[in-house]
Parts: sequence; structure tokens; C-alpha cells
Amino acid sequence: MPDFLILAILTGISVALVAGPLGCFIVWRKMAYFGDTLAHSALLGVSFGWLLSINLNLAVTCGCLLLALILVMLQQKRVLATDTLLGILSHSTLALGLVIANLQSSIRIDLSAYLFGDLLAVNVTDLLTISAVSAFVITALCFLWRKLLALTVDEDLAKVEGVNVFQVRTFLMLLMALVIAIAMKVVGVLLITALLIIPAAASRRLSKTPEQMAVLASLVGIVAVAGGLTASYWWDSPAGPSIVLSAAVLFSLSLFFRQKV
Amino acid sequence: MQSSNVALDQPLIKARDICFSRANKIILDKVDIEILPAQILTLIGPNGAGKTTLVRILLNLVNADSGSIVTKPNLSVGYMPQKLSLDSSMPLNVRRFLALTGANKAEVSEALERVKVPDIGKHVMAQLSGGELQRVMLARAILRKPDLLVLDEPVQGVDIAGQSTLYRLIADLRGELGCAVLMISHDLHLVMAQTDTVVCLNHHVCCQGHPENVSDDPAFLELFGRQTDAGVAIYTHHHDHSHDNGICDHPHESET
Repeated sequence: MPDFLILAILTGISVALVAGPLGCFIVWRKMAYFGDTLAHSALLGVSFGWLLSINLNLAVTCGCLLLALILVMLQQKRVLATDTLLGILSHSTLALGLVIANLQSSIRIDLSAYLFGDLLAVNVTDLLTISAVSAFVITALCFLWRKLLALTVDEDLAKVEGVNVFQVRTFLMLLMALVIAIAMKVVGVLLITALLIIPAAASRRLSKTPEQMAVLASLVGIVAVAGGLTASYWWDSPAGPSIVLSAAVLFSLSLFFRQKV
Repeated sequence: MQSSNVALDQPLIKARDICFSRANKIILDKVDIEILPAQILTLIGPNGAGKTTLVRILLNLVNADSGSIVTKPNLSVGYMPQKLSLDSSMPLNVRRFLALTGANKAEVSEALERVKVPDIGKHVMAQLSGGELQRVMLARAILRKPDLLVLDEPVQGVDIAGQSTLYRLIADLRGELGCAVLMISHDLHLVMAQTDTVVCLNHHVCCQGHPENVSDDPAFLELFGRQTDAGVAIYTHHHDHSHDNGICDHPHESET
């Protein structure tokens, strides 16, 4: 197996591992649109990174984290009650990112790498950064697991029972921003939400407990990465979209199972 | 029941002059309310009278515009919202939900037994019927042993026969746990036997006291009509409560 493929597989696996449990929270809490908004605005981070000529990964991460905080604030003030508002934010940040990226005539940015991912071009540094972030987010999720579950069951109930709802919710958004920043390399901003929610949705029918669903979602993600990269290797299909497609195939297969709980 | 040295009648929650308005509409106007240990307090009033808002303010889920709330330190509260926001995409069964309180298997079984639904342990939380959910929430309260149990319309979606059973269960649990109960209800006579104090709310406190006194209070009659019929009936509420027709002739704090 060529080196670039091994690097791609390992990187894909580290992202899939964290995308599973995080994706479950996105599905349970119906946050898919939040994920979209965060992901689309990541491109704005890329554009600003170029504009200010700072490290792009850093720019994307900071951009995502900043937007996550802004979204939490807006949500807190109940401004963000509607899908419409999220839709406006999501697509206008994407559009702004695209416009700024194209305005820079000096260097042409390879936009498709950011829009659809560039998994086959990852280097060792990328792999190390991504697996470090992934490990950090998984650890954080484990520590917060009980509180996150309580929050997901009912926020009011959690608050009355003494969970600091605002703090935990903010932390979840920041973790999501981090994962989006690293998952960008794998599937690109347009397909990140799919990588997060499809494995989680595919594992729903096969799980009896939240923990089972989270672990299974990671496994489905890993299989999807393997399937997508295989397809990409043999048929020269784009890696990111192929991964999402194979996740979708796994989801369709899951429909043949009877829901247990 | 209360083993601490604190005086038994020190209120668990004491709220004064609570005002709350939203979108230029006054929801709560100078509401005073206090909940004593081991007391069952029922909050009644027509739809839109601000009952749920008041409870949410007392639980610190919403901030009042003005007024003061004093809560007993380290008050542990069991809360039963009208509905959980839980989505069916989460595979969470009743036993697991109850185990989130930190209880072990035996304790969970015992609690389910106590609320008379021993067989629904494997049911999915998101698919419980109204009555089952209320019982599961009561089981949860048993496991958490709160000082105060707050129930928002506990009999919603429960048939009439089930309603009185549920109220009796709540009253029994109050006896066993020694906790106070704050309950929102639409109708009075089903809860009467079990309630110590009724607070009749329609943006302000219209009247309060023992249920029998309250049910004769002119302000209550104005809101609910006379409920002499002990039979089972669905009440229609008169939603417009006006103060200038002379029927509601008791003094109001807001007017004194």
C-alpha cells in the first residue's frame, strides 16, 4: 500500500473515531444545522487565513471556535430561534468566504480542497495534529458524558438538578468546532455534517444504549472511511465524497435491521 | 423528616413581589409565594395565567424582571416538566434513564415497583405515554430524594381514573419522602383531598389558603365557577378575569 494511502486511512480513522460520539449528540440534540453553519463558516477562516497570511489550520480552528461562541451567545439570547436565521448565517458566511478567497488574485487558493476535502494529500504533521485533537475531544466527551446526557434528556431538568447547562452546552459547541476544523481535511466543509450525522444515524437501530450508539457510530465511520478510500483508490473517485457515500450506503443497510429500543 | 437544626417552618422557597412581562404583556404582577417543608401547594389558574412561568422563575430557569427569591441553601429539587425534550433518536430506556441518577439496579426496580409500573423498565423514554412518563418521573424523584418536588400539570394526558390514582400516589410519596410538593393544576377538586394550600393565580395571586376556603372565595368562583358537583367533569374556564365588576372584592396587594 502506498504511503499516502496509509496516512489517509489513519487520518480518516482518527476523525471517524471522534465523529461517532460527537455526531450522536448532534443527532440527539438536533444540532445538524448548527454543524452546517459552523462548517460553512470555516471557509471564511480559510480566506482570512490567506488574507492575513497566518497558518491556515490555525485560522480555521480559531474561526470555528469564535463562531461557536457567537452561536452560543445568540442562542442564549434566543435570537437564534429559527432555522431561517441559521440558514442565513450559514450560507452568507460560506458566500463571503468564497468571495474573499476569489478576490485574492496573487495566489489562487485550491478551493475544492477546502470544499470537498483533501484526504489523499495529508502529511505526517497533519496526521499527528488531527489525532491529537481527536484524542483530546474524545477524552473531553468521556469526562462530560453524564452531564451531556442529562442535558440531552432535558435542559431544564438538568439545570434544576444542578448541572451548569450553559457551561456544558458551550463546551459541546467548542468541541464541535474543533472536530469540524479537523474533519475539513477529510471531507471538506460541504460534507462535514454528513460525516458527523450519517454514522450516528446508521447506528441508531442497532443500539440499546447511548454508549452503544456512540461506539457503533465510530465503527461505522471507520468502515465508511475504509470503503470510501478503497473506492477512491480503485476508481479514482474523490476521497471525501466517496467516504460520505459509503457512510450513506451503510445507513441504508442499517434500515434492514429492526430497531431494538 | 427534616433532620437539620433549621426551624421546620423555614420556607424552602420564598418569593416576594415577582414581576414578569414579555412582549409588553404582564404575565406576573407582584406575586408573593412561599413553599414550606412537607407542604403540598397547588397552583391553579386558567390557561395563560402565568403558572408555568412562575414555577420556572422559582426554579431559577427564567429570571424575573423584579422581585426577590430566597431559596433554602442546598435545596434539592425534583422537577417534572410538562414534557421532556428528549428525541426518539436517543436509545434510552426507562431503567437507564433512572440509572442516570446514580441508582443501582435494585433501587431502580424498587422505585418502579413503588410507582406501580414495574414492567416498563425496557421501554424507550421517548415513547412513553403521558401517565407512564409521570410515573417514571416520580420514580426518579424517589431515587433522588428531593426536599421539593415540582410537578407541572402532572396529570396531563392521563385519564380521569388515572388522575386521582396519580394524585394519591403523589400525596403518599410526600408522606414517605417528607418532601414538599409544588404542583400546577388546571382543576381543583381532584387535588383537593391531598392539597394543603391552594394558590389561585391569574397574573397575580387572586386568593390562597386551604382548598375548601379557596373554593368558596369569590375570586376563585369568578375564575372557575362553583364546583359543587363532586362528579367527574371537565371544567371550562372563564379566561377573562376582570376586577372592576365588583365580584372580586377581596383586597389585592397590588391595590393596597
